[in-house]
Amino acid sequence: MIEILDGLKAAFLLVVGFDAELWEISLRSLRVTLSALVIASVIAIPLGTYLAVQRFRYRRFVISMINALMGLPPVVVGLVVYILLSRSGPFGVLNLLFTPTAMIIAQVVIITPVIASIAHQSMRELWAEYHDLLISLNTTKRQRILTLIFDGRRNLLTAALAGFGRAIGEVGAIMIVGGNIDHATRVLTTAIALETGKGDFALALGLGFVLIGIAMIVNLAIHTLSRTEREGRW
Amino acid sequence: MSAAFPLTLQGVHVRRQGRSLLGPLELTLGQKGTTIVVGPNGSGKTTLLRVMHGIERVSRGEVTWARENPAKHAFVFQTPIVLRRSVADNLAYPLTLLGTPKHEVRQAVDYWLLRIGLDAAGNNQATRLSGGERQKLAIARALIRKPDVLFLDEPCSNLDGHATREIEALLQEQAKAGTRLVMATHDMGQARRLATDLVFLLDGKVHQNGPADALFANPGTGSLAAFLRGDIVT
Repeated sequence: MIEILDGLKAAFLLVVGFDAELWEISLRSLRVTLSALVIASVIAIPLGTYLAVQRFRYRRFVISMINALMGLPPVVVGLVVYILLSRSGPFGVLNLLFTPTAMIIAQVVIITPVIASIAHQSMRELWAEYHDLLISLNTTKRQRILTLIFDGRRNLLTAALAGFGRAIGEVGAIMIVGGNIDHATRVLTTAIALETGKGDFALALGLGFVLIGIAMIVNLAIHTLSRTEREGRW
Repeated sequence: MSAAFPLTLQGVHVRRQGRSLLGPLELTLGQKGTTIVVGPNGSGKTTLLRVMHGIERVSRGEVTWARENPAKHAFVFQTPIVLRRSVADNLAYPLTLLGTPKHEVRQAVDYWLLRIGLDAAGNNQATRLSGGERQKLAIARALIRKPDVLFLDEPCSNLDGHATREIEALLQEQAKAGTRLVMATHDMGQARRLATDLVFLLDGKVHQNGPADALFANPGTGSLAAFLRGDIVT
């Protein structure tokens, strides 16, 4: 209990003291996670919607695979991305290992199935509701997908936020591909792991509370900016 | 008068999961008027309308329109499907699919909002409308593209007298303006008020069809006579 209070105190001091290192790693955490979120959403939302409206031979198999990939162990993802990006790997020439880009790639791999699966579930329900109308209006496949994405945007936002939650708290994969290098690839989660390893629980907890605070602020900001509760726009 | 008619159904048969839903059926609908399709529950009224509109595939037979490129037709479902958008955006939707210029969309939407008495609710979410308002919205949305033919599947089945009267007035106005109406109903009063032609379905087959006045005056068969009296016909 005392350690938690010490953690809260450390978090308070770090925030009010405008600790430069805290700002640096917090901003890096946000940059990496939001970049991964945008890329994963651009892939996963149309994919989830397409799977809801399109019937094809291996559709069920693809959906099962995406659902299974939701539980992908981050450490394994980190290892595979590490091998692919290492000097002897197929993408070694790009020199991406131990950079924030490598961390973004790993996070995209981890959260794309999460967003695609949740998006598919909600789009499937919306498609069942809209099916007859959209067929009756002779819409093209593209129009159907765009209509579902537009009208289901609140549910899709929830899917994206689930992906954000998974990414911002991720440590295993980004530790492997990022290396937790000070002033280069250190983010909040890897800093917490480091401080815990050093036995500085108060600082680790303080960073943890900052991480929770950032996650909550981003959630609230996205909800507010996307004006999910607004009425019509005519 | 619609140039798309006559609409001819030849040897049409619809089977799903080994069960015959409709047919074998021969039917020709002429160029003018309002055709009312009547019959007991499960007689195939909805399937017939969906086949004619082209949203239900036939297992056998042919549906042929007079014009090579089928008429502009629209469908109003028994349970109105409203998009999760504002009332005005629901009305605008079919036009935006066609790429209609914005000012024309706005003009048409304003006209129809006023015509169906929802001008004060244009910015409200359509999902919050009452059943009658939803159905009026669905009919207006179907009519906004100025279809040659409007199919209606029991549009007043869940509505009170006031809403039914409003919808019937709207349909009569459209019929006078030259829109070909094909409507399923189990309300014999409504059939008498609106029909110029009557199609009586029984067990998925056309039991009788012809001018409504003649069939109401002289049903010809015991089944139709019993149905018109309100007896249970199976």
